[in-house]
Amino acid sequence: MSDPVVVDARGLRCPAPVIRLARAARAASAGTRITVLATDPAAVHDVPAWARMRGHAMVSSTAEDGEYALTVEVAETDEGPVP
Amino acid sequence: MSIPTGGPAIRPDVTDATAGDAPAARVFLDAGGRAPLLPEARAAFVEALDQGWADPRRLHSEGRRARMLLDGAREAIAAVVGARTEEVDLAPSHVAALHGAVRTVARGRRRAGSGIVVGAVERAAVLNAAQFVAGEARVVVPVDAQGRVDLDGFRSAVAAPGVAVAALQHANGEVGTLQPVDEVHDAARAAGVPLLVDAGSSLGHVAVGPSWDLLAGDAGDWGGPGGIGLLVTRRGVRRSPDGPEDEDRWFPGGVSVPAALAAAVALQVSEQRRTTEAASLAALVDGIRARVAADVPDVDVVGDPQLRLPHVVTFSCLYVDGEALVTALDAEGFAVGSGSACTSSALEPSHVLAAMGVLTHGNVRLALPPGTTEAGVDAFLSALPRLVAGVRSALGVQGL
Repeated sequence: MSDPVVVDARGLRCPAPVIRLARAARAASAGTRITVLATDPAAVHDVPAWARMRGHAMVSSTAEDGEYALTVEVAETDEGPVP
Repeated sequence: MSIPTGGPAIRPDVTDATAGDAPAARVFLDAGGRAPLLPEARAAFVEALDQGWADPRRLHSEGRRARMLLDGAREAIAAVVGARTEEVDLAPSHVAALHGAVRTVARGRRRAGSGIVVGAVERAAVLNAAQFVAGEARVVVPVDAQGRVDLDGFRSAVAAPGVAVAALQHANGEVGTLQPVDEVHDAARAAGVPLLVDAGSSLGHVAVGPSWDLLAGDAGDWGGPGGIGLLVTRRGVRRSPDGPEDEDRWFPGGVSVPAALAAAVALQVSEQRRTTEAASLAALVDGIRARVAADVPDVDVVGDPQLRLPHVVTFSCLYVDGEALVTALDAEGFAVGSGSACTSSALEPSHVLAAMGVLTHGNVRLALPPGTTEAGVDAFLSALPRLVAGVRSALGVQGL
């Protein structure tokens, strides 16, 4: 298990938070937990949808004062887009 | 006066969405809620401007002539939806019809309780009115990944004590999924709860059937003019007005008579050709669903592939800015809608996509108007993969 990674996407609009998260996931090894911080409400829906499309696991999703923290665990085989 | 049911001869080529003399013809694929005005409706509108300009509430000849046209419009609509003329009310918009329906029935049935049961993907007007009237007593029934409401959840919610009114759309106008209105209406009737069915995306496109106590519709969606909403209330449903005293108790101030007449003519025309149009549009949508999924990488084509409206399809493209894609398509001659937050002034994305758990960004929403051609759809499908790739390339997401 690697160290947790935090991606700060606060202030960015869709689809930027998901893109930042995807870049971090690409660079991370399997099992890494990545937390994306966002203020865009669309991220609450789009991060789980992205995780489903890419096979990553959604770990948690919290909201406080209009700020969202969404944590995913990178899957064994993130080879990018499935052909 | 009644509206001739035969109507003017229907010329299918007139509303061909892709026809046009200009070399670069527009392909209009965003007919949800505001379809191109049918030529028959336009003719009725213009004629009624001469005949029905007066205030239908006046007692003089001019007023009575306008009243006759307005009543004729209601009679014609009643015949199409299977209701009595006196059950038909016209509203200044679909939003006003839905909001008024929830408010006035909740008020009329306040002795029964203050609870309101709604599906999670109802129009904002329904969700908002239910929140406004019921507050904490609003029950929102979730939907599955196709956007279909949880039937058992809805059944038990309407059977709970203290429910004043329930609302379930006939079909979802954003993703096309048909809702189990027959089953929900059975459950609501058993519980003695009136069911409001929003057929705003269904009327003129599919058979709506008799499973409703209140029925709402949108003339702009079926090829009539904007600015006319429909609310049909079965006799026996208790409601109580909450507006100023007016001859029209339910929608004080009334509606435009020429618009009402044009709305009725458009409903008759779209109903007459519904079956043939639906077959052709459903085939086009099948093709769109298959080719978008095959030709665009990382795309979610959402909504029920079979049990759906014939003319509606939506999909979301991963890592795509919806606004950029809508703008790029428009520049190449294609008019489409989107449920992505970045395409509107709203911060929140489509609550429908959110409730279904599908991607909300990079969303493209199509509602094919009658007469849409295969050539127009083909042109759209040929341009789409290149334009999606272009937006993705600008965002630097290759390999993600």
